[in-house]
Amino acid sequence: MKIESLDPRISRADIPAENEYSIKRDLDQFETYEVFHQKSRGTHHTHVGSVHAPNADLALLFAKEQYARRMKCVNLWVVRTANIHATSYDDADMFEPATDKTYREAFGYKNKHLIQQYKEAQEAGH
Amino acid sequence: MNNEAIKDLIFRIADDELVMGHRNGEWTGLGPIIEEDIAFSSMAQDEIGHAQAFFILLQEHFGQGHPDQVAFTRSADTFRCAQLVEYPIGDYAFSLVRHVLYDTAESIRLEALSRGSFRPLAELAKKLHREERYHFMHAQTWFRQLGNATEEANQRIQAAFDQLYPIAFSLFEPTAFDAALVADDIQPSEAELEAKWVAMIAEIASLSSISIPNVADKTIHYGGRSGMHTIHLDSMLKEMDEVFAIDTQAVW
Repeated sequence: MKIESLDPRISRADIPAENEYSIKRDLDQFETYEVFHQKSRGTHHTHVGSVHAPNADLALLFAKEQYARRMKCVNLWVVRTANIHATSYDDADMFEPATDKTYREAFGYKNKHLIQQYKEAQEAGH
Repeated sequence: MNNEAIKDLIFRIADDELVMGHRNGEWTGLGPIIEEDIAFSSMAQDEIGHAQAFFILLQEHFGQGHPDQVAFTRSADTFRCAQLVEYPIGDYAFSLVRHVLYDTAESIRLEALSRGSFRPLAELAKKLHREERYHFMHAQTWFRQLGNATEEANQRIQAAFDQLYPIAFSLFEPTAFDAALVADDIQPSEAELEAKWVAMIAEIASLSSISIPNVADKTIHYGGRSGMHTIHLDSMLKEMDEVFAIDTQAVW
């Protein structure tokens, strides 16, 4: 008995209907590479996901079709996942400031009100 | 310019692309790993896209029908594809080696056509050649890696290569239009393209630890260019056309 399918490719493949399945061993597959995608020259590479591959050459081949075929791309990086060093979520506390440090945040200094004050002073004839 | 010659040439290329694209598309969902499945399917889609572009040329310049009608309603004996592309997909080694042989040939042909004197064809060839770079890279990378991997990998690639290399000469089967195409500067002769391909395949094979089998008679697999095909094309077309045939006027 073999598998009969509406998909002729499956019927042709001669797959026994009574298939013996064995459980895959852990890590019985290629390692993963993280993929970084660049939209245009000069912009940052952005992490977009990962691929399984036996080495970097094939990781690049796979990355191109997985991640660069639906959006503009000029360059791809792949990095072995194992080569990435990360902080631990257990240490996430260290990212929480103990005192007000909003002055360091990326939006910069709040100075609109100072400009406004200056303009008003000018208009008042000082 | 010899219109019959150009039309025949475009039909040959378009049919190669369509049949190769359909065959490789048979791997969709069945590829060895999901990443390769997606890459191979995507390239199969590209080939069908190339076929469509060539059928549009035939429609615009040579009075042929709508590309879908031309692709899906013809019988096997009117196809002009080479016999290489007709064979069933076999195992993955077979399909990968065919991909190496076919895409190397396609790359050489498109490059030559892009310098030809029939502008619409030259411009299309130039455009498609860009996409072919990845196909060529994909084919070569796998071939080199498997050829140089374990003994089993090398043997399986070599076995597929021994089987397919002689058949691949069908891609360069000379036709009665050869001389006219050369005279009008549309493309070099099939013999010239073949010589380039033989040299390039020899180079790729040596990088991949694959040896080139001796081909006693390269004409054995000729016939495709004049509509003589293997038994495989007819059954493939029945499958390919099955849905389209239910309603040939349906709007997709």
